[in-house]
Amino acid sequence: MPTQIAATLGSRTAPALLARGLTKRYGSVLAVDRLDLAVRPGEVYGFLGPNGAGKTTTMRMLVGLIRPTAGSARVAGRDAGDPRGLAHVGAMVETPALYPYLSGRDNLAVLAGHGHVPRSRIGEVLDQVGLTDRAGDRFAGYSLGMKQRLGVGAALLKDPSVLILDEPTNGLDPAGIADMRVMVRRLGDEGRAVLLSSHQLGDVEQICDRVGVILHGRLVAEGTVDEIRGGAGLAVVATPDEMARARLTELLGAGAVSSEDGVIRLRVDPERAPEINRALVAAGIDVHELRRDERSLEEVFLAMSAGDRDEEERSHAA
Amino acid sequence: MPHSYTAEMTKLVKRPAVWVVFALWLTLMLSFSYVFPYVGYRSAGNAREAAGILARLLPSRLPGHAISGFPLWGGALIVVLGALCLGSEYGWGTVKTLLSFRPGRLTVYGSQIAALATAVAALVLAAFALSGLSSILIAGSAGASITGPGPLDLVQSMAAGWLVLFMWCLFGVCLAVLFRGPALAIGLGLVWVLAVENLIRAVAPLIGVLSTVEKVLPGAGATSLVAALGGGGAAVVGEGQALAVVALYLALFGTAGAAVWLRRDVQ
Repeated sequence: MPTQIAATLGSRTAPALLARGLTKRYGSVLAVDRLDLAVRPGEVYGFLGPNGAGKTTTMRMLVGLIRPTAGSARVAGRDAGDPRGLAHVGAMVETPALYPYLSGRDNLAVLAGHGHVPRSRIGEVLDQVGLTDRAGDRFAGYSLGMKQRLGVGAALLKDPSVLILDEPTNGLDPAGIADMRVMVRRLGDEGRAVLLSSHQLGDVEQICDRVGVILHGRLVAEGTVDEIRGGAGLAVVATPDEMARARLTELLGAGAVSSEDGVIRLRVDPERAPEINRALVAAGIDVHELRRDERSLEEVFLAMSAGDRDEEERSHAA
Repeated sequence: MPHSYTAEMTKLVKRPAVWVVFALWLTLMLSFSYVFPYVGYRSAGNAREAAGILARLLPSRLPGHAISGFPLWGGALIVVLGALCLGSEYGWGTVKTLLSFRPGRLTVYGSQIAALATAVAALVLAAFALSGLSSILIAGSAGASITGPGPLDLVQSMAAGWLVLFMWCLFGVCLAVLFRGPALAIGLGLVWVLAVENLIRAVAPLIGVLSTVEKVLPGAGATSLVAALGGGGAAVVGEGQALAVVALYLALFGTAGAAVWLRRDVQ
């Protein structure tokens, strides 16, 4: 862990970013509802939710752009929005917003001035986000991906111990997305606390240590990626289907067996695959397919969103 | 604060729109204060009329003449400058970048105001330099003696010019912060400076209460201050009250803008 980051964050176990009961209400609309959140140094935390779920509102509260209606947040050891805390926070909230008439380098120079950052840092950051060659071009002439890179560069300018990145891969090409993935993971490995919102669930799955899912302003699920996915099981395609289901229910219990579109899903440790195969074959059942069954984060997320929509429709109908 | 001030100066100096406003402002100032009057002097029907016009254009009259246009069209363009500089921060979304970066809301606002104050001071200096040069050229071409103004008069006039322009600049800033963008701020600012105040002044003699209101309007204060220093326009109030009105509005616009900037959520 770099010395500066360690000094800023103190203990590795104490959260670098902590929200308690964070709430934001706009009139009758509850944008964020009693949100509890903790991100520790060295941790990359994926903040997931559909559009309008309250992710950006939460991030705005964490950097002091908007005041919470209730609850509190502390970032880098200070109340959210306190300049002494912001000195150690790098943030890109929503789209990167910089001065269109200034070059990439001048934009960073302006921010470096406001942030008391040595000018030597500008070259390092431009290099880090791969914009050195185009640093002299005006921001207005940048592609969406280049703007995104410069936005991330601006967030990194202070060499922050806490990073808040809202959809940093927006507009990036596949190579850019891969680079960003590696960079975010490395930032976490360096000891920084990273709060990352992204719709690229595959990326979140690969780089996040923990994930929180927010729906209608409420944190509805939180845990490691494996915990959120609900662990792995087995999928079986066998004939006769009914006989196979009966044998598996007898072997594993009714609660561990379910069937969907001709595929029998088993909630068991995948290590038991050989035992299950032997049992089915011994019962005269033909096993066509026996594989590890693991739901992706995307499947879980879509299921949560769909469940939430159904619930919402039911409450509207009622 | 010094770091933020330098950053804000970089933004102002590198922004083409600022230079456009400056160039337009100086062109208008030269045209209305020297070029058109000089053409009038050259084509005057009689020597007395010509002498009257020439007298206003000579270096000795520089302190009052150079700031004649500051309260009206000079102020209008400076409202645009103020509204553009703060309003664009909302338009581009850079207000959220700045406020989430580090310095604190008051430091950002203060450094922006300080940078604008510097820019207005530079504009006043440029206006006086160009006015001085123009008056010397006119005096030379007319064969008149080149007698400079007293240094105290010159400094007083520059300070008054800066005060008037900076007050209008903060009017633009305040509107931009209130309306979170430049467009409405510029529109309303121009309507106020160019139309509303003039309309009130036009009907003030007819309605008693408006003649009282007229005396505390920012434009009337600015015109009276400039008139007291020998500039054009009709004074509505005395020098002391004019100075107080302008200073009060300067503080009011600056404080109102700061209060909203500090308190309001940034969406």
